[in-house]
Amino acid sequence: MSAGRFYASELRLVLLRRRNLLLLAVTAVFPLIIGIALRLAAPRPEGGDGGTGLAFFNQLAGNGVFLTFIALSTLLVLVLPVVVAVVAGDSVAGEAGYGTLRYLLAVPAGRTRLLAVKYAAVVIFGLAACATVAAAALIVGVILFPVGPVTLLSGSTVSLGAGLLRLLLVVLYVAAAMAALGAIGLAVSTFTEHPIGAIAAILVLAVASEVSDAVPQFSAIHPYLPSHWWLSFGAILRSPAGGPELTHGLLSFAVYVIIFAAIAWARFTSADVTS
Amino acid sequence: MTAISTSGLTKRFRGGQLAVDHIDLAVPLGSVYGFLGPNGSGKTTTIRMLLGLAYPTSGSASLLGVPMPDGATTVLHRVGSLVEGPAFYPFLAGADNLARYDAADRTADPATARARITEALDRVGLLAAAKKRYRHYSLGMKQRLAIAAGLLRPRELIILDEPTNGLDPQGTREVRALIRQIAADGTTVFVSSHLLAEVEQICTHVGVMRTGKLVFQGSLPELRRTRASRVSVQTADPEAAAKVLTGLGLADAQATEAGDVQAGDAQAGASAILGDASPEQVCAELVQAGIGVRGFAVVSPSLEDLFVGLTGEGFDVSG
Repeated sequence: MSAGRFYASELRLVLLRRRNLLLLAVTAVFPLIIGIALRLAAPRPEGGDGGTGLAFFNQLAGNGVFLTFIALSTLLVLVLPVVVAVVAGDSVAGEAGYGTLRYLLAVPAGRTRLLAVKYAAVVIFGLAACATVAAAALIVGVILFPVGPVTLLSGSTVSLGAGLLRLLLVVLYVAAAMAALGAIGLAVSTFTEHPIGAIAAILVLAVASEVSDAVPQFSAIHPYLPSHWWLSFGAILRSPAGGPELTHGLLSFAVYVIIFAAIAWARFTSADVTS
Repeated sequence: MTAISTSGLTKRFRGGQLAVDHIDLAVPLGSVYGFLGPNGSGKTTTIRMLLGLAYPTSGSASLLGVPMPDGATTVLHRVGSLVEGPAFYPFLAGADNLARYDAADRTADPATARARITEALDRVGLLAAAKKRYRHYSLGMKQRLAIAAGLLRPRELIILDEPTNGLDPQGTREVRALIRQIAADGTTVFVSSHLLAEVEQICTHVGVMRTGKLVFQGSLPELRRTRASRVSVQTADPEAAAKVLTGLGLADAQATEAGDVQAGDAQAGASAILGDASPEQVCAELVQAGIGVRGFAVVSPSLEDLFVGLTGEGFDVSG
């Protein structure tokens, strides 16, 4: 019963904090800008090179729903990782920085329990950010573009309802990717009492992963990079949905969550709290 | 059972510095225990180990009979604490800050949270500032909010690390009254302080730290017995008076010049260790010997004198 109470308190702290609300607001503005920019640009003729991003762009002129996928894949490059890095980096380091960590532990909140509550809040905030992007993009897409049955990347067409269901799955997939990044962030956050340092470190890791992923010479390590499977959600928009890419992606996220949650736990339950 | 007991509790920092060196604390239940020592003598590190925030390098500690840090989650809700100054979320109001800590306590009853928070705020005089953001609190208000957090539930033990830091004289008096009141309820109070006069006023027991070691532990009367009371005479004829005192068999008789503050005399006079002699008799003998006695007093050593004796010179009284 009171585990729920602590969790509710943590969620309120994270979700109602002005800085975090501002972050969510900013993520909502991006789809609007992208939507307007794409509406103003002349719709391009068919014939992309098969790249996921480009495929979405080609579809947009025919269906506003695709603005959600465009927005998610665009924001996945930097904006969503920044949002997750801020909240994850702040999770433990922020409490240490305020000095509230020592009081929470003296309450006693319990170290493992505190860490679990912190991570759960990071995951929920990541999901909220992804959902915000999708919702904002959907609204903008519906206003600026025609809406109807969704033509999948594999060519077949599903009803608008089925298309929205697939959008929901895409949001969950991206949120899972951000949850993996959040676990890395949580671990980083247990090593410092300076939230800004933790946030910067997480972002450096995320960007380094993305850059390495773009260098063909590193192709041997690409599948193991945390960011490699972020954009694989295109597989959800094929018929049938799924496939090895998606499975690999989810597996990769799960492994990252397990490894970094373990690192965070090992560190947090054994380190002296000196803040 | 003791409220706090430690055995050979030791903390060596990663750099190799020995912050706490084999201390054996024994804080009796129901006592008000003053934990004293210069800055950097290991008081806060000890408190951090007691609360399970830091892990001892060796030795053991227990709170209310429960071993720490293993028993942290089972015993700490019976212990209120203020460690190294107040710490709250600056963007939350005072009452919301207390609600946050209360929510983290899995044994606290959510149904009574609001009432308990109001009561705790009322007890420290912050009820009017309950809805004010913590960032707008004055230093004294912050300190009081931290004490309120320690009072959110009935506690068997309260650990207060420098509770009057940053308080004005009035606030200091209020905190002192609050500590007395908490102690009167039967709660054991463990208070670290550098304000000697304060400890003297409220504590029944003291422990004195010096460079990581516990150099004294016992009741206040026991501490006083470690240094003898002196008899002090104010007179225009210090040498003769000192001679009379020696003649009476008093040890360490010495004449003091005017302005010798260290001996407790602003005026010229003589002093000696009183020992078993009766002050009335000493005074009578002095007068009989023809010494013009202007003033006569039995001076107990001040706590500060005892301290400097225990911790050495350089005790940082102010900070």
